Amino acid sequence: MSPYREGARARVSTVPILRLGDVLVTGLLGELDDSSALALAEELTARIAQDGARGVLLDISRVDIIDSFVARALMELSTMAQLLGARVIVAGMRPPVAITLVELGIELTGVETALNAEEGMASLGWRQSDALPAEPRA
Amino acid sequence: MTHPGEEAHHGGESADAGWALETSEAARSYPVRTEADLLTVRHAVRDATEELGFSLVDQTRVVTAASELVRNAYVHGGGGTLFIDPLRQARGVGIRLVVTDEGPGIEDARQAIVDGFTTGSGLGHGLGGARRLMHTFEVHSVPGKGTMVTAVRWTDR
Repeated sequence: MSPYREGARARVSTVPILRLGDVLVTGLLGELDDSSALALAEELTARIAQDGARGVLLDISRVDIIDSFVARALMELSTMAQLLGARVIVAGMRPPVAITLVELGIELTGVETALNAEEGMASLGWRQSDALPAEPRA
Repeated sequence: MTHPGEEAHHGGESADAGWALETSEAARSYPVRTEADLLTVRHAVRDATEELGFSLVDQTRVVTAASELVRNAYVHGGGGTLFIDPLRQARGVGIRLVVTDEGPGIEDARQAIVDGFTTGSGLGHGLGGARRLMHTFEVHSVPGKGTMVTAVRWTDR
């Protein structure tokens, strides 16, 4: 029914997905089109299973709009990840995007969020080490 | 809908659906035929709102509304056209978005802007949500002929 589905299947996401221990880290760009959003969601779901990831950090600090389509992709990704035993944290939403989503009537049900990537990583169990490497003395 | 101080022309009559397209001479049209067009029109709306002096939050509102409208035309209307119409009038500065398609139309246009209404795979927030992001919002639909959505947002409200 949707004209997107076929195209999305043929495409592979061009966004890099990094693996830090049992967490996958990636981000969305401002230029995100629908097929790329779906491709990334599919690729992340596959990588969760393949890598045995327990968490996914999705940085959206460069995304300048989230409409109902991208919101739905985020909710579906969260649900799929949950079914695979992983948590998705969407981090760094811009305030205008948050305001607009509320007015659109979208609550991103089931999607965990964090103020920024650092906070998101912290809730996934990653803490910044207190013991910084000693600086070389001049 | 012609406002005082606005130079509207009615030359854009859509013969197929039988409604008058009301846009000013400053309006520019963009095709909505492919998925890539969705991105192109988003950029065009962003540029237009920026040029008209909309705040960042208002730019985001208008671009998001435009995205919902053109996607609706693309998915349900088999493609269409977006008109971006900058409004510089005595009453203020604003932007008018007109999206037309020649799709199957919406049987009950009033129902379509109620949250949760969907005939496709979306959330059903598309039109209802877009309506809340704009100051005025009108849907004209003729079943079997097509749909025209007109939405305006002003900078100073």
